[in-house]
Amino acid sequence: MYTHLRLFFTTALVVATCLFNAPANAAEPTQHESGGVAEGINDQEHKIEHNLEESEEKFDIGSMIMHHIADSHEWEMTHGVTIPLPVILYSADRGIEVFSSSNFHNEHHEYNGYHLVHGESEQIVPVDESRKIYDFSITKNVASMLLSAVILILVFTSIASWYKNNKGKAPKGFQSAMEVIILFIRDEVVKPNVGPKYEKYLPYLLTLFFFILINNILGLLPGSANLTGNIAVTMVLAVLTFIIVHLNANGHYYKHLVKPTGVPAPLLLIMIPVEIVGVFMKPFSLMVRLFANITAGHIILLSLFGLIFIFQSFVIAPVISLFALFLNFIEIMVAFIQAFIFTLLSSMYIGSAIEDNHDADLGH
Amino acid sequence: MSLLTPNPGLIFWMLVVFLLVVFILAKFAWKPIIKGLKDRENEIQGALDLAERTRAEMIQLKSDNEKLIAEANAVRDQILRDAKEAADRTILESKDKAAAEAQKMIEGARETIRNEQQLAVSKIRKEVAVLSLEIAEKVLQRELKDKEAQERLIAELASSARLN
Repeated sequence: MYTHLRLFFTTALVVATCLFNAPANAAEPTQHESGGVAEGINDQEHKIEHNLEESEEKFDIGSMIMHHIADSHEWEMTHGVTIPLPVILYSADRGIEVFSSSNFHNEHHEYNGYHLVHGESEQIVPVDESRKIYDFSITKNVASMLLSAVILILVFTSIASWYKNNKGKAPKGFQSAMEVIILFIRDEVVKPNVGPKYEKYLPYLLTLFFFILINNILGLLPGSANLTGNIAVTMVLAVLTFIIVHLNANGHYYKHLVKPTGVPAPLLLIMIPVEIVGVFMKPFSLMVRLFANITAGHIILLSLFGLIFIFQSFVIAPVISLFALFLNFIEIMVAFIQAFIFTLLSSMYIGSAIEDNHDADLGH
Repeated sequence: MSLLTPNPGLIFWMLVVFLLVVFILAKFAWKPIIKGLKDRENEIQGALDLAERTRAEMIQLKSDNEKLIAEANAVRDQILRDAKEAADRTILESKDKAAAEAQKMIEGARETIRNEQQLAVSKIRKEVAVLSLEIAEKVLQRELKDKEAQERLIAELASSARLN
């Protein structure tokens, strides 16, 4: 299995480099649409660039951190080593356009009528401001997500094949290590919280746990994307849980919303809005918890590393490095804990919506 | 804050990729893994149940054996007791028989003795009669000579005759 993974990574890397560098090296005739708007944007762009260069000289720790946390159209492994990623744009008039982000590597950060605006986060804007575009680019986060998806699928299908090929044998090696986690999720998290009908939700919850876990851990690697610290990602996860809960919730759950048990009639006026707000607060808290925990961890680590560059001292750097090492260990723990908590709360959330007897007021 | 505004493109990709991952893993990974785990659990449970059953059977067997042994012991005791009784009875019977035999023999002996005695008595009587006759003959022969002596003889005879 390890050889498979290695083979996959090597080929993927080679293919990616070849694909995205080819158009960059080809001599592209740069389009110059001389227009007032374009000039204005160019000016702004230059200003931002200038600011960035200036701040790079001064070492602006804030922008460094933001640059590392935010998404990007290219994957910067380290300073100077950058993998360009495909840009996919959709606009009503031009349809779908696909090109490499390395095309923006020119003086004006402009290609084919689009600008790559560096700011707090990268954004592609059309030179012609009246056009509306939708950016479906394979950004750094999307690429990292695809990578994690491939890792997950390879790892777990190989484990699954172990079960098929070694029926009746004692668990062994990597499969045995994963089995412990799978059993923990099944027996300690899903089974007691979801209830007797847990098997229907087990695949989703297991995927949820391992997806968050692997992306938390990948996010800790140097030069990687901050996927689970991105609010779009946590939002999708939380919304999926929300949808699953409300597709499967029983009558008790909905009745409880409009008529909470044991509440006197005058209080209903307050309780019903509170209940309804609570319904949306749960996924919202799921979304914010994961996003904030991971992002905060990254910010703390990056701040520490930034301190090294601010002080530029041989005395302070090792101390800070040690501290950063310690925090890295804590972040690894947080990676597990946040994956666990997200799965646990999703399980409780599903369990409280499908349980038959709604007397126990879970999650309030 | 750009950090807090979700990017629609990323939402789209996340939705697509995550749902794909869920479906692929659910079909090709979780299903066989969970099935394998459940199979193994059932197997272990089955083995444990079998062991429990076997143990119960062993206990049953052991108690059966004990019962069998107890029964065998009882039978043996019974046989021994019967044998002893039979032996005792035989001895007793033989003793009785021997005693009866002895009694019979004693009786027989007594009978013989009695017969012999009677025979002897009758023989003695005969002898006495013969003797008496002989005496009487001798007396008679002497009497004829002396009257006095005759009388003495008669008295003597009479006294001797009374002895019998």
